[in-house]
Amino acid sequence: MRNKLIALVLILGIITMATIGAAGGQEAKTSEKMELTFFYPVMVGGPLTKLIDQLSLDYQAVNPNVTVKPVYTGNYDDTVVKIQTAIQGKNPPDFFINLATQRFSMASTGVAIPLDGFIAADGAQGKAYIEDFLPGFMEDSFVDGKIYSIPFQRSTMVMFYNKDAFKEVGLDPNKPPTTWAELVDYATKLTKRDAAGNVERYGVGLALNSGSAQWGFTGFALQNSIGGKNLMSEDGKKAYFDTPENVEALQFWLDLQNKYKVMQGGIVQWTDLPTQFLGGKVAMIYHTTGNLTNISNNAKFAFGTAFLPGNKQLGAPTGGGNFYISAGISPERQKAAWEFIKFATSPERLAQWNIDTGYVAPRASSFDTQLMKDYWARMPQAKVAFEQIPYAKPELTTYEASRMWRILNDNIQSAVTGEATAAQAMRNAQAQADEVLKKYQ
Amino acid sequence: MKKMKRTVKTNLTAWALLAPSLVFLLTFTVFPIFRSIYLGFTRYELGMMKPEFIGLKNYVDLFGSAIFWKIIGNTVAFSLMTVIPSMVLGLALASLVNHKRKGVGFLRTSFFYPVVMPMIAIASIWMFIYMADSGMLDQFLLKLGMQPMNVLSYKESVKPAMAFMYVWKEAGYLMIFFLSGLQNISGELYEAARIDGATGWTAFKKITLPLLGPTLLFVSTIALTNSIKLVDHIVIMTEGAPNNASTMLLFYIYQQGFAWFDQAKASALTVIMLVIMLAIAMLQFVKSDRKIHYN
Repeated sequence: MRNKLIALVLILGIITMATIGAAGGQEAKTSEKMELTFFYPVMVGGPLTKLIDQLSLDYQAVNPNVTVKPVYTGNYDDTVVKIQTAIQGKNPPDFFINLATQRFSMASTGVAIPLDGFIAADGAQGKAYIEDFLPGFMEDSFVDGKIYSIPFQRSTMVMFYNKDAFKEVGLDPNKPPTTWAELVDYATKLTKRDAAGNVERYGVGLALNSGSAQWGFTGFALQNSIGGKNLMSEDGKKAYFDTPENVEALQFWLDLQNKYKVMQGGIVQWTDLPTQFLGGKVAMIYHTTGNLTNISNNAKFAFGTAFLPGNKQLGAPTGGGNFYISAGISPERQKAAWEFIKFATSPERLAQWNIDTGYVAPRASSFDTQLMKDYWARMPQAKVAFEQIPYAKPELTTYEASRMWRILNDNIQSAVTGEATAAQAMRNAQAQADEVLKKYQ
Repeated sequence: MKKMKRTVKTNLTAWALLAPSLVFLLTFTVFPIFRSIYLGFTRYELGMMKPEFIGLKNYVDLFGSAIFWKIIGNTVAFSLMTVIPSMVLGLALASLVNHKRKGVGFLRTSFFYPVVMPMIAIASIWMFIYMADSGMLDQFLLKLGMQPMNVLSYKESVKPAMAFMYVWKEAGYLMIFFLSGLQNISGELYEAARIDGATGWTAFKKITLPLLGPTLLFVSTIALTNSIKLVDHIVIMTEGAPNNASTMLLFYIYQQGFAWFDQAKASALTVIMLVIMLAIAMLQFVKSDRKIHYN
């Protein structure tokens, strides 16, 4: 009996000590120096970690009292899971980067705070700061009229085309297609078949795998919609999938594959597309500006970049990640995080980030810097992304955005694989989207 | 009194010895199971501090959704496509290397080699093989004068393509069990059979198969549960495309929990998966117990 008691006491003792030990770590911070935790979505050891480490060191050199500790949290989805876990453990990161499309979830769940207070406190300077962001990127920072995030690592879709292939079929390599009709015409000329009728080179390529189809589709929907209307309402509570214009846009994809036979059938992976382009298997591809460095390093032919061909108007999707500041931390820490965000989004920093990573700098004044001018002189193809921004709009963004992406992807694929017609696919997508969004209306 | 004291002492020693593994089992197996069962009855979304009890709603939603049934169908179809072929192939490989000959060690190693590689690596390699047009398979077809198949992008071919890859990986693993089963069968039986004039196929049917009974049962359970537990290759190769034609149960759980942040739905699905796994194990052990010859 006594032994049992002793054992019990011992076990209880160990548990108590472990608990005290764990709590002790929290109490130790008593110095006036502040350490901010910054969740950044990248794999530990990835190439961007060096740049982010440098960013926080540079900041500390100017602000010795504030240390920014980056925590590398995997991909965007992993980062949300880790933020959630940290919040439940009552230890949220002070600020973090996540998709602009997550802002409705971040706001409605109380994970992030609106930043209007800080902007107002900065007075005229604050106003000028926000106005300097390009509207195509700034547009998806708002939730119910409040600013919840600051654009940082943003991207957009452009067309990469093979100039040598253009010359080969007698097209002017400096005149890429500008309309859907020209796209079909050019792609038909560029598609090359061998004697047996097998395709050696497709005219145009689009990635239709899950996670990419919805991005490319945003561009085509914007080009075809009435007045450039997007796939969703601005408040993120409604999706507009089954409009006749969107059905047409999807039908155009199917026609490229089945009617004109200038695009590979089935589903091409996002990551395979640049490889196929570099291998000369496809002459024009729709891809992210982030691939520019890869393509310019590896292309054995002259290549150009171009606006996405328009239809009723020009249009292109934007994407990428923004800064958010956490709720549930002290106002002093929130203020310190705000100062860091302004530092990281200064025109020169963003220009350098653009050059180093291929993301597009989201501020207008970044493009007036000498850094950027030198870069464009070296790499003229980079300029297109910036010039196209006035026609670009945010990708599909609603409440529960990742679920909505999946719905659109699944249904686009059902049309591509012939399970449904374009009209049926968009109708199904609409019904499934309404089901998810009804609780927010 | 004295006797009782001794019993207590023995018990205490037993518990103390069990404690380390018990702590791990309770923390990492038993607790998560019960937590999943509990969370399955709740609503627990992003930003919620505490789960909120909603009864059977998650299950009602799931059973009423077409995608759920499609995924269950996919999982069953994938199991059918992998379990029998990988067992047949595994047994064939085992019979092939169940001799003491020169070079058998090398053969065994090469058959077992795919098992050692992680699924992630295998899926990445096979993705290149299956890559549209420029992949090895499509290039091979083109050389033969056929049309490229682009297997991963059609609903008819994506599951068989993945199943083929999985059978290739799994057969070597099952071979090991069959090999140890085969080596447990006494050579005298074959000798006696040969004297009676039974060789080859007859001997295999009348001696090898019945005596492999316990191994077959074990291997089929392993193969079936393994095929249901697969997830890595889907993340790498298709993410469930096209239109969920390659989404399996575990990938759907992962999506619900880690892409859509719906922990409650993910938990409900986990419970469903647990029930399926338990049912398979129970069925196989209870039903076929009597039909098997233990040596």
